[in-house]
Amino acid sequence: MKLKLALAQINTKLGDVQANLEKHLALARQAAQDGMDLLVFPELSLTGYVLQDLVPSVSCRPDADDPVFSQLLEASRNIDLMVGLVDEDARHLFYIASAYLSQGQIVHVHHNVYLPTYGLFDEGRFFAPGNSVRAFDTRFGCFGMLICEDFWHASPPYLLWLDGADVLLFQSASPGRGLNGEPKLESSAWVEHTNRAYAGLFTTFVAHANRSGFEDGLNFWGGATVYDPDGNLVIQGPYFEEALITTEIDLNQLHRTRARMPLLRDERPELVQRELERILHGK
Amino acid sequence: MVNDFSIDTGLVRKILTAFIHSEITRAGFSRAVLNLSGGIDSAVSFALAAEALGPQNVLALRLPYKTSSADSLEHARLLIDHFGCPSMTIPITGMVDPLIEREPSMSDMRKGNIMARARMIVAYDQSEAFKGLVIGTGNKTEILLGYTTLYGDSACALNPLGDLYKTQVRQLARALTIPEIILAKPPSADLWAGQTDEGELGFTYAEVDKLLYYLVDQRYRPEECVAAGFEEKFVRIVVERIRKNQFKRILPPIAKLSNRTVGYDFLYLRDWGT
Repeated sequence: MKLKLALAQINTKLGDVQANLEKHLALARQAAQDGMDLLVFPELSLTGYVLQDLVPSVSCRPDADDPVFSQLLEASRNIDLMVGLVDEDARHLFYIASAYLSQGQIVHVHHNVYLPTYGLFDEGRFFAPGNSVRAFDTRFGCFGMLICEDFWHASPPYLLWLDGADVLLFQSASPGRGLNGEPKLESSAWVEHTNRAYAGLFTTFVAHANRSGFEDGLNFWGGATVYDPDGNLVIQGPYFEEALITTEIDLNQLHRTRARMPLLRDERPELVQRELERILHGK
Repeated sequence: MVNDFSIDTGLVRKILTAFIHSEITRAGFSRAVLNLSGGIDSAVSFALAAEALGPQNVLALRLPYKTSSADSLEHARLLIDHFGCPSMTIPITGMVDPLIEREPSMSDMRKGNIMARARMIVAYDQSEAFKGLVIGTGNKTEILLGYTTLYGDSACALNPLGDLYKTQVRQLARALTIPEIILAKPPSADLWAGQTDEGELGFTYAEVDKLLYYLVDQRYRPEECVAAGFEEKFVRIVVERIRKNQFKRILPPIAKLSNRTVGYDFLYLRDWGT
């Protein structure tokens, strides 16, 4: 099975959901016309990233009654979509969230589990942390979604792998930082390094959509990537620029790679569980 | 730890020109204004702005005082010709002398601050006239050391150089084809005859940039810097300078009274809504 995958490394208008929604709908139309099956947007693609006190005024509910999501759901009849939003739950907690939409339905919502609250980041001040990491079924197979700091930790990709995800969809709004004489920022180099490692370690596809543009002095470096289950780079978007990058991935490569390299077959989650029990509870 | 401060100038140039373009256009402007001192920092900011916005959209100001060196004026002229930008020369002597002449014993420091603030007034006046935002020229070294006049040369709408040490600005200057004569001369605020940055600070940029990199970027404690080979007195002076000058790096504190106060719990980026 083939999956025609598009990654939109867009710039966003900070706090202007309507303007960002229009950009989503225009790109969804374009990608659908180009025959794409799935279009992945970056973290907080509907709102912008450094929201601070804007959080309560840009939140949505990912359901058919929401005026923003009703339009995205309509667009998802032509192409599957992964979008970034501020999800306000029934108890009015705010989450950094990813929603996967397909054929007019919300298929899955992931809440950012790890909120970076250090250095230039202040997410824990404004958002509640998610509390689950789940793979989900799509018409193309089992996928998993993670947001930014979630995949700076090894455990969420590992859990998705064990839960059945064969395609990991990562979205981020990664501020570029770290000058060292190389033609690539340290932040870009590190994310590419780890995403490639996940692809090879878990013999999965790893697709990453990172935004571009600026918010005050923060640059967002774009550079969307897809790695295949052998850890090879399939495609990469330009750094620092808005772009819609497209590729076709052959999901049958999972068969070939795992026949050669049975890391999933040989993984021992019971051992992990036993040792975690010992580490956490002294059992 | 070894750090020669080398930067990939192509990468830095791409980010900084995009930053200038983004932050000026999203504020509703397309032009910039800049005080061109004839030194390396303003030359680099100027070159980046000209590349980001187009030379015709960057107004270069030459604002000499009667004691300013003729070289400074001439070097600024070289840059204006090199990049082909519109320019104005507005001597500030007539603005500042009436104030300075009131006190014959006024210190060089006070005179220098008055000149820096007079230049700020001219830049912001031309900002309105030219419909362009004022681009800053302060580098990371002088921001950390507080080697700047508050509401004078530090005043700007955006600053592309503030996260580059002086040593790195110099590398970027070469890549931007800043004329060699500007690169070769000793850095000076040119507020009085014979003034040089390094003479006034008491240490060289090469020395202090290295120490600042350890203290700030690598989070070394002062005693670890001494153990790494820096002279204890030098470390103490620099650490104290950084601390004492924090006031120049933040907005004035507002006394909190209400439940929601600007600066504490009214938090928005400047790019809010754009």
